[in-house]
Amino acid sequence: MSVDAEVLQIVGLSLLVAGTSTLIGFVVGAPLGALIALKEFPGRNFVRTLAFTFYGFPPVLAGLLVFLLLSRDGPLGALGWLFTPIGMVIAQTFLVIPIVMGLTISAVMAVERRLHETARTLGADDRQWRATALHEARLGVVTAVMVGFGRAVSEVGAVLIVGGNIRGHTRVLTTAIVLETSQAHYLEATVLGVILFGIAFAVFAVLQRLQGRGVL
Amino acid sequence: MIPPLSLHGVRKSFGGKEVLRGIDAGISAGEIFAIVGPSGVGKTTTLRLLDLLDAPDSGEIRFHGASVSVGSPAALDQRRRMAMIMQNPSTFRATVFENVAYGLWLRGVDPREIRVRVFQALAFVGLLEAAGQRADRLSGGEQQRIAFARAAVLRPEVLFLDEFTANLDPGNVRLLEQAVLRHRREAGSTIVIVTHNLFQARRLADRVGVLLEGRLAEVGPARDIFEASQTPEVRAFLSGEMAY
Repeated sequence: MSVDAEVLQIVGLSLLVAGTSTLIGFVVGAPLGALIALKEFPGRNFVRTLAFTFYGFPPVLAGLLVFLLLSRDGPLGALGWLFTPIGMVIAQTFLVIPIVMGLTISAVMAVERRLHETARTLGADDRQWRATALHEARLGVVTAVMVGFGRAVSEVGAVLIVGGNIRGHTRVLTTAIVLETSQAHYLEATVLGVILFGIAFAVFAVLQRLQGRGVL
Repeated sequence: MIPPLSLHGVRKSFGGKEVLRGIDAGISAGEIFAIVGPSGVGKTTTLRLLDLLDAPDSGEIRFHGASVSVGSPAALDQRRRMAMIMQNPSTFRATVFENVAYGLWLRGVDPREIRVRVFQALAFVGLLEAAGQRADRLSGGEQQRIAFARAAVLRPEVLFLDEFTANLDPGNVRLLEQAVLRHRREAGSTIVIVTHNLFQARRLADRVGVLLEGRLAEVGPARDIFEASQTPEVRAFLSGEMAY
């Protein structure tokens, strides 16, 4: 495989793994976040605190836990997902869900404070208010997804442990940078770093553009 | 005749402090009733109780003679026959048209009718040209005009206005006050205003209730209250002699 083809393959896998874990993180985290923000239930504050605590969950710890889960003697060892992109997606999903969930909680609660009363005075029942709140919080939810993607694509600890940084199979941008740096290939590491930064920049530029156009 | 809206022995406390100490009042159909009084005396609290946003600690809010408890299905039906404009308008992250249409959507009104009514309401407050603009990017005065149109478009039986011109320039105050009077004339709504602006109460209200120390110290026609109050405390408040 040529160098260019290998870089493309690394970039593609990085986007695939981070994108898939972000998608799952969104599907799971956003509804959970909305539910926690809008529904009164016992222990709600505790759950919120827990979600915010998991913001800073160490990626290496997430990697270790998923490694133990997927290792041959682990509960899901029979699936054979260790050192595969699927395992990497699972590890990153654990990191993305709390971010999407926590930021969704914040976004929806900000809407709650600002608009709940107004909606009630205009005749909204509880169900209609929940739909309104989610619609109003859409910018915050999209931001949550973008931040989740940023976390996934730039994270190294979890994918290194679970993926194993196997060339042509589980090597992504961050693990490739670690490898190149450890081998004193600073130029290659820098180039990969610039690509990684470019991806993150592009994602947030799109968000800003959507916001500027009033789409969100 | 049973008043459309009435309070009976209403009490309300916050954090151990009794704000309303037994309010009794009836608001007649089609009138503009102003609640005036010093800051912190419970004017907004009274309005929120009337709009069924909060429940009284004791006493009753009656609508056409029937007691309504907050949170009941009857309360939602009742709230949908009323609308409220608050001091600081909050607009939805949407166009001016969508903001004004919101309450009609909630009520499942036909889209063609929504279109006609929203454009009429926007013309009413001079915002027809702004229909397609983002509401949250307009000035405070324009946002309050949106809030008025958003409430008026519902043709509420009762319209509550809570310090609705408090932070506005004289031009917007005049425009909104004229809109209130025109709305009453054309839609026949009963209107309850809370204001600390005695001049505004005098300009708009048919009757005035003066709230002092958690009680309605005097209720009567605006002219009688402002020119010939029977209560020494009310006279002292209106003349500015009573410091709060």
